[in-house]
Amino acid sequence: MSLILIAALPFLGALLPGLMIRAGRNACAWTTALVTLTALIGLLVHAPAVMRGEVIQYRLDWIPMLGLNANFFLDGLGLLFAGLILGIGLLIIIYARFYLSRNDPMGQFYTYLLLFQGAMVGIVLSDNVLLLLIFWELTSLSSFLLIGYWKHLPEGRQGARMALAVTGMGGLALIGGMLILGNIVGSYDLTVILENKDIIQASPLYLPALILILLGCFTKSAQFPFHFWLPHAMAAPTPVSAYLHSATMVKAGLFLMARLWPVLAGTPEWFYIVATTGLITMVLGAVIALFKDDLKALLAFSTVSHLGLITMLLGFGTPFAAVVAVFHIINHATFKAALFMSAGIVDHEAHTRDIKRLGGLRHLMPVTFTIATVAGLSMAGIPLFNGFLSKEMMLDAASNTVWQGNPWIIPALATLGALFSVAYSFRLIVHTFLGPKRDDYPAKPHDPGFGMWASPALLATLVILIGIMPALMVGPLVATASSAVIGGELPYYSLKIWHGVNTALFLSIAAVVGGLILLALHRPLDAAWIRAPRPEAKAIFDALLGAITRAANALTDGLHNGAMTRYAAVFTLAVIVAGTTAWFSGTAPAPAREVMAIGPVPLIGWFLLVVASGCMVAFHRNRLLALVLMGIVGLIVSVAFAYLSAPDLALTQFSVEVVSIILLLLALNFLPKTTPNESGSGRRLRDGIIAVLGGLAVGGLALAVLLSDFSQESISAFHLANSKPGGGGTNVVNVILVDFRGFDTFGEIIVLGIAALVIFAMTESVLNGPVGARLKQRPINPNEAGDRHPLMMVVATRVMMPIAVMVGVFIFLRGHNEPGGGFIAGLIVAIALVMQYMASGFEWAAARKRYPYHMIIALGIFAAAFTGIGSWFADRPFLTSNYGYFQIPPMGEFELATAMAFDVGVFLCVVGAVMLALESLSRFAHRAGDRPSPYPMDIDPSRDLPQEAKDA
Amino acid sequence: MEYLLATAIGVMTAAGIYLLLRQRTFPVILGISMLTYAVNLFLFASGRVAINLPPVLLNQTPTYTDPLPQALVLTAIVISFGMTAVVVLMGLGAFLSARTDHIDLARTGDQAEESGK
Repeated sequence: MSLILIAALPFLGALLPGLMIRAGRNACAWTTALVTLTALIGLLVHAPAVMRGEVIQYRLDWIPMLGLNANFFLDGLGLLFAGLILGIGLLIIIYARFYLSRNDPMGQFYTYLLLFQGAMVGIVLSDNVLLLLIFWELTSLSSFLLIGYWKHLPEGRQGARMALAVTGMGGLALIGGMLILGNIVGSYDLTVILENKDIIQASPLYLPALILILLGCFTKSAQFPFHFWLPHAMAAPTPVSAYLHSATMVKAGLFLMARLWPVLAGTPEWFYIVATTGLITMVLGAVIALFKDDLKALLAFSTVSHLGLITMLLGFGTPFAAVVAVFHIINHATFKAALFMSAGIVDHEAHTRDIKRLGGLRHLMPVTFTIATVAGLSMAGIPLFNGFLSKEMMLDAASNTVWQGNPWIIPALATLGALFSVAYSFRLIVHTFLGPKRDDYPAKPHDPGFGMWASPALLATLVILIGIMPALMVGPLVATASSAVIGGELPYYSLKIWHGVNTALFLSIAAVVGGLILLALHRPLDAAWIRAPRPEAKAIFDALLGAITRAANALTDGLHNGAMTRYAAVFTLAVIVAGTTAWFSGTAPAPAREVMAIGPVPLIGWFLLVVASGCMVAFHRNRLLALVLMGIVGLIVSVAFAYLSAPDLALTQFSVEVVSIILLLLALNFLPKTTPNESGSGRRLRDGIIAVLGGLAVGGLALAVLLSDFSQESISAFHLANSKPGGGGTNVVNVILVDFRGFDTFGEIIVLGIAALVIFAMTESVLNGPVGARLKQRPINPNEAGDRHPLMMVVATRVMMPIAVMVGVFIFLRGHNEPGGGFIAGLIVAIALVMQYMASGFEWAAARKRYPYHMIIALGIFAAAFTGIGSWFADRPFLTSNYGYFQIPPMGEFELATAMAFDVGVFLCVVGAVMLALESLSRFAHRAGDRPSPYPMDIDPSRDLPQEAKDA
Repeated sequence: MEYLLATAIGVMTAAGIYLLLRQRTFPVILGISMLTYAVNLFLFASGRVAINLPPVLLNQTPTYTDPLPQALVLTAIVISFGMTAVVVLMGLGAFLSARTDHIDLARTGDQAEESGK
């Protein structure tokens, strides 16, 4: 099976549990197991080749420009870890099937588990450090989900958050370190990096890269002082603890140290940082573990201790120590996973995992007792179990290591760690299972079904088999994996029980005897431990996190204080500064164009515009006046367009102006009519300065543009030349809109339609809330004119309606060849319709509306889209237009272009959007009790006549 | 002519920015509209200006003004109307709901508590 498929299978399989849970819990579990089994078989197929010393590779260029390739490779180390991940994963899946209760969402659990599994396999198979980093982060995320699986438990949530914070922080450091490493070597491919030991260790950036990478490894593998998250992660369901926190995820850090061992190890920096950290972690973890009463907490600290042991071995930097590290990784994974599962069984059956409430389970749970004892003795390092072998070799390696010229400090501390290890291992067995049977267990304990103890039993069998026949069972695996770590010749070592009488044996005996004495003294020691003051990692972590959060909040609140005007000022200034910098740092072409003469008409227009703008600023507090002044500015702008050879723009600007003013008037109806004078003179001065600066900058830029020639040749010549032969129209602006740039226009009418729908939706939400109720009940303003629908206006608008629509149609039809087109025609027709609303009232007009405006927008977009799709039938790209000339007597020859159908879409969309916007706004005016009048006009003398006659 | 156009754009920009920095919704909307005029004219000016040379192909004139900025500005005008309408409605809805058209958020006790958490 291809390596990428092995890594991808768990991710693909993660889709299945959520579906299969509908078929039942068994189906869900077996499907998940099948996914993992398939991946495992796929991996094992490669095993013989890897054992022969081959390296399996899979290369796929992903983003080669960034050096990011989906390259995978499988060597001995990868095989060992991938085998552990998939193999133990399979056992965990089976175990979890029986561990999870009916109330736990099992589909979710297996999905998270497979995601995690995929990420882990990805890490160990990656041949690209960037890819590895992606998988690394994925393990942090998926383990966050798994630790917090029991969302209802606050410990679970807090533990998950802590784990994510610590490992995520380490992940960030790791990214930095890996990027430095990649930069030193010039490649992000691991196989290339691994061949460049000399370059890396000679680089001045070696130490920063080393520290950053080790931060990532230490946080992930719970090394001192980052060890505190692991015990808190024990709030997770036990299968998660057994899988993530003993066998796999916490070993990711070890894996990376082992992976990069050939290039990073061997320097004094490596030795002192890694070996010292490992040593401290090993001793500290073992000491704390002895005093933990919670079975899982004890195992968690024991895991911390054993991870420290392996880290220390890798830190020694000698090939022999590396072999021991690899061997202990295998042994630890087997006995610790078995122990976690046993602890889970005890918890599951006895409903407590507090050692002080347990004891005497030996007869009640004989199977669990056997498994836990085998695994526990292995953890203690008793002969005939696999833990003994690697511990002996560890002590051997430690006894030959000198720390700062001191030959006994490492062996002594290592023996101390082993001594405590013996003590807590025996405490686990003795205090949980031995002793008298009690009668106050929270539940009646008994052995679980086969399904639950099968997995730990298998692991316990492995513990014994490896313990008795190490060379036969794991000899080749240790050899291949170790040679992958060392990257060279294997040192002399032998995996066997009896190494003769040597230092390690004496140290081992001392550890066992000392450990048993410690256990005997546990009661007084425990009392002393409880009395002794000691730092609580969680409290420190929470305080630190709280302080960081407060600082971040203070910064955000300071910057983001809700004063929009300040943001606007800062934004405007920033744009001005950016533009000015760009202007002065670049080179602008010298003025090359001749200045056009100024006639009297433009001068008058300019004068009007400047005065209107100035008055608008001066009198903006009178909102109605400001609106009128804005109308003047808008009109001058449209006249300017007309004067400067842009008739289409003039028409558009003019009609948009009308619609905008109506819109703002409608809004002003409900807004205060004046703006209070709130700004002090200092603030007005500041705003004035910003405004003048902005005006000068933009005006100056405009002048520079106007006076210079094009720096590159304009593409407009193409449009002018091809408008008639290609698009069949002489109005080039319209042809550009509906033909050359039709796709742009298509997008724009969609935006317009969306804007109108947004307005409609906002109106709905405002009017259906308390605001709507308040508006409906508002009293009639006595200042309002009594005549809501003046007779003159009603009559005039109704007469004008057909004329206006006719003008719209005319403008539309001529649009392709002369100024006009869908946009302008749409606006004109919309104005004609709006006039009816204004003159005759909302109710009257709405009652006569045949089609909802939403539908008109949709029709417009469909018309445009189908025109575009139509060209597919002629085997042309989307929106290719065609045209022809037709004779329809008696109208004479005229032209039909497909672009016209597109323009119909534009037209409809503009009409619908403008009308929907204005109609939405005018709905605010609706009062409770308003009914459409049954009469065409408010005032009708003929209707009033009989009443007058009666009076007479 | 170029000077007139450039100064007009500058004046409208300045007026727009000044109104944009006011503290109530309505002047801000007017300011945005003024900026829209200025920006549209600026875009239009990027095609340089000409008098009596509309980009409508008639046989008597051999040269035409640049049609491309015109097409861009035409849709810009229509779209900016749509955006103005959205902003107007947001301002209106905010005023009716909050009973104030002040745009700067006043820091209330609730918010301070929220951010302190």
